[in-house]
Amino acid sequence: MIVESKDPQEGFISAVNGSLVEIKGLENYVRLNDLIKISNHNFLCQVIQIYSNRIIAQSFENTNSIKLNEKVISLHEPLSMELAPGLLANVFDGIQRPLDLTFEFFQEGRLNKGLEFPSLSRTKKWHFIPSRKEKDTVLSGDEIGTVQETLMLKHRIMVPPGYSGIISYITEEGDYTIVDDIYSLKNGTDEKSFCMLQKWPVTERKPFSQKVQPREPLLTGVRTIDLLFPVAKGGTFAVPGGFGTGKTIIQQNIAKYCSADLIVFIGCGEPGNEIANFLKQFSETIDPDTGRPLLDRIVLIVNTSNMPVSAREASLFSGITIAEYYRDMGYDVAVIADSISRWAESLREISGLLEEMPVEEGYPAYLPSKLSSFYERAGIVATLGRDPSGKSRKGSITIIGSISPPAGDFSEPVTSATKRVVQGIWALDPKMAYLKHYPAISWINSYSNYPEYVAEWWDEIDKEWPDIKLNWFECRKQVNEILAKENDLKYIIQLLGQKNLAEDQKLELYIANLVRNAFFIQNAFNEVDSFTSSRKMLGLIKIILLLYNSSTQLVKQGFLIDEKKCDEILNEIMRISHYVPNDDFKPIEKLKDEILNKTVSLVFNIHRK
Amino acid sequence: MSVIYRKIKKIIGPLVFLDNKHDVQYGEIVKIHSNDGKVRTGQVIKMDESIITIQVFEETAGLSSENSTITFTEDSFKIKISSDMFGRVFNSLGKPIDINTKQVLDTEILTEIERDINGLPINPFAREYPSEVIQTGVSVIDGLFTLIRGQKLPIFSSQGMPHNLLAAQIVTQAKVLTEEPFLIIFCGIGIIQDEAIFFMKKFQESGNIQNIISFINFADDPIMERLIVPRVALTTAEYFAFEKDMHVLVILIDMTNYAEALRELSSAKKEIPSRKGYPGYLYTDFASLYERTGKIKGKKGTITQLPILTMPGEDISHPIPDTTGYITEGQLVLNRNIDKKGIYPPFEVLASISRLMKDAIGEKTTREDHADVSSQLLSSYSAALEVRDLISIVGEDGLNFNQKALLKFGEAFEMSFLNQSHTENRDIETTLDLAWKALSHIPRHQLLRIRQEFIDKYYVGEV
Repeated sequence: MIVESKDPQEGFISAVNGSLVEIKGLENYVRLNDLIKISNHNFLCQVIQIYSNRIIAQSFENTNSIKLNEKVISLHEPLSMELAPGLLANVFDGIQRPLDLTFEFFQEGRLNKGLEFPSLSRTKKWHFIPSRKEKDTVLSGDEIGTVQETLMLKHRIMVPPGYSGIISYITEEGDYTIVDDIYSLKNGTDEKSFCMLQKWPVTERKPFSQKVQPREPLLTGVRTIDLLFPVAKGGTFAVPGGFGTGKTIIQQNIAKYCSADLIVFIGCGEPGNEIANFLKQFSETIDPDTGRPLLDRIVLIVNTSNMPVSAREASLFSGITIAEYYRDMGYDVAVIADSISRWAESLREISGLLEEMPVEEGYPAYLPSKLSSFYERAGIVATLGRDPSGKSRKGSITIIGSISPPAGDFSEPVTSATKRVVQGIWALDPKMAYLKHYPAISWINSYSNYPEYVAEWWDEIDKEWPDIKLNWFECRKQVNEILAKENDLKYIIQLLGQKNLAEDQKLELYIANLVRNAFFIQNAFNEVDSFTSSRKMLGLIKIILLLYNSSTQLVKQGFLIDEKKCDEILNEIMRISHYVPNDDFKPIEKLKDEILNKTVSLVFNIHRK
Repeated sequence: MSVIYRKIKKIIGPLVFLDNKHDVQYGEIVKIHSNDGKVRTGQVIKMDESIITIQVFEETAGLSSENSTITFTEDSFKIKISSDMFGRVFNSLGKPIDINTKQVLDTEILTEIERDINGLPINPFAREYPSEVIQTGVSVIDGLFTLIRGQKLPIFSSQGMPHNLLAAQIVTQAKVLTEEPFLIIFCGIGIIQDEAIFFMKKFQESGNIQNIISFINFADDPIMERLIVPRVALTTAEYFAFEKDMHVLVILIDMTNYAEALRELSSAKKEIPSRKGYPGYLYTDFASLYERTGKIKGKKGTITQLPILTMPGEDISHPIPDTTGYITEGQLVLNRNIDKKGIYPPFEVLASISRLMKDAIGEKTTREDHADVSSQLLSSYSAALEVRDLISIVGEDGLNFNQKALLKFGEAFEMSFLNQSHTENRDIETTLDLAWKALSHIPRHQLLRIRQEFIDKYYVGEV
């Protein structure tokens, strides 16, 4: 990024400690959170404390080689994001320096310090189609025109917040760079011209008209999530899990398949190879509708574990600001942050250097409030401004943040602080991962506050089998009961052995086994199984429950469980979930008919007790 | 003209404080000459208008406020690298040493180049996803947890377990499956002299010594050097990998000593500790080492890391293994119970994983059935262990046919696949054939994770 200042004040460096720099001479000229620049090195720093005779700033670069008494200039603006076409399918660091453009430009595998490079290309031309004409009156957020940013997404050019007026000039359809003036607004006697590029400070929320209650689920294609622990569009979720429990795979899978319009992925303090893997997968996976790689709907913010910590701290807010910009266009944005713990650690590191009084495990007392200021920027909103047709827009931001609790201990400060601000967690269980049960989402420790919000939506889309009185909400309830019963039975088995259970208890066990192995276990690397559509998901769980209900009846009449048949059915349902494509509903239909006609069941046909 | 100070204000452990008289540079290296003729190296870690704080890499004993001069070099910490280094042993600061006497040799190394030991982070966008195999000749690693070029795969061990033997075996047997130049950098962090001599002897026996560069920091060396030595080793590795197109395997042993040195320094600096007294930046600091692994777009060479650490109290949730596990791409866990059974290498198979292997193995690199076989081995072994637990409740007679088969498989898997002599070098073919021998104790229709065509081709059990 490049920030210039027309009238810079000068100060000088009086102390350095880790990533903190103390400056004298600027204390009367800077505001908190403003950027300053160490001119010899082009290092950007952010002001975090102001005293009467000095200021403290955190450097976004490694401070090695800085000298005492070097010159520092003030830039008179806070850390801001550049917002314009060109964000999608690009990779930025925590303060929006473009990692892909710089690599392509310099052909240098290392990140050199003090690099100045514009965040968004100033030379690339975009095809702008105006949707307003001269003399139209427009308000903040109103659409002026559109740009097809990628095949998957139409980018709306909107009047920046805080501006309104009568359009005194608007350009014709054609190709423009993001800094070309394309329209002017007249407000009274003031006239101001605008280009596509807008800027917005990262720590400030972008304004909207009002928040709305979520009602639609963000479909993830992960069966356990969509059935038991749904997340709503505009919701907040956390994924805590020790190492090796598959956090990254779940996050990547959601980024790939979830029903959002675009994804802002924040790789925050994670290893570099993970990002390389992410980029590889998303450039190789092709979106079936447009034939373009999935990367076209993703903005990537990456600050790996070995890049400067101050930029890691900024990266969450950089990501959410970009998400808000797309939300204001009326899109459903999913923000996936991996991982919140590394972000919290960067906070702790800086706080330690500032010698602040720590509370728990060295974390500063403001950890919860900082976390809330991030998560509270999620939500579904009616945006400012309208389309040319006069319609208002609705957009949403869903935040899914992963947590890496040390030793998998959920009582540590970051997990407990997060749990207070999110509406649900998918708790990953190392024991399940050890037994190769993936996704290792524990149904005991996970929860979601959204089922009541989204139940109605599920009833609206559930079109199959109207004669069967099993809706999504009822399915959830029954599955939860089955799992709870299995949990109780475990103790009895330990005492008596499985063979000595009553017949109906054996049935409970088999069904629970079926739910776990054929429904919950999902292979993220299998093309079909990695994503399950809502229709297939409902179909699968309904046939399992139908089987359960019909077999319960038969067992009550004195029939015995047939182990061989149980194995066969388990294999058949596993085959459907693993290999039958999402749009092929016939095998599920067929199995349902067979269960209803009693040609398929879990009990012996002839032998009576 | 370099600035020289003649008076030290304070000395606290490894830290030296000076009254600031000039425009010092952050991170600058200083030379401390004491009147007993010793030269120590230090680095500026904190500075303000009145005081400069210097962290000294060598022993500070013997320094006084009057007996030394401190010269500011206006430079960062650099080491000399040259292809003269092959087959030789160096100390933490890159000086050639004799391993048996710990003496620094006066044979100078011809300098090819000088490099800053901290390196620069790799642009994540410039990384290439690792996908080529390194063969170690150890069945359990090659078969189940394949090591990939550009991967960091730690070994979690405990005192009294044969991790040294395993490390030496990997070093002597490891090779890339293509005919490309391959270099091993061995970095001992705080190891005792006996261990160092053991390793050197093993390397000499291997006949491969010309492809090994060793850096040794002995257990009685100053702790500051422990923090330096992995950086010196990795800087050397980066030079040969990214400028000389070699595939470099770096062995770091023992990372627990490194973390303890970090804790000692942190406490000397009066920092606020986080878990178990380790500093809050343990993750970031570990990452600054582990992340110097990988492949860069447009470069031929790679760096692979095999850090070895002993888990304090054999606790995998201790901050050192825990933090490591979050950064590395998998882990290999050794288990004392398996070791007690006399099985070598004593892997805790179900707790180990190599996260990069799935994209790298298969027909082109190892063998077509590799992925299916490894997944089947893990799932059957997990089932076999469950059956073993069951025996203690219901007795062997209470088992059904499948369970008995699993039991036999478990035995065969441990005794002939997992177990191998520390001089035995198995190629991937042998490893997979041994796996099939074990799997063939299980009825073929129970091998749900293997495609039918491979079962038809490789299954050797009764039909």
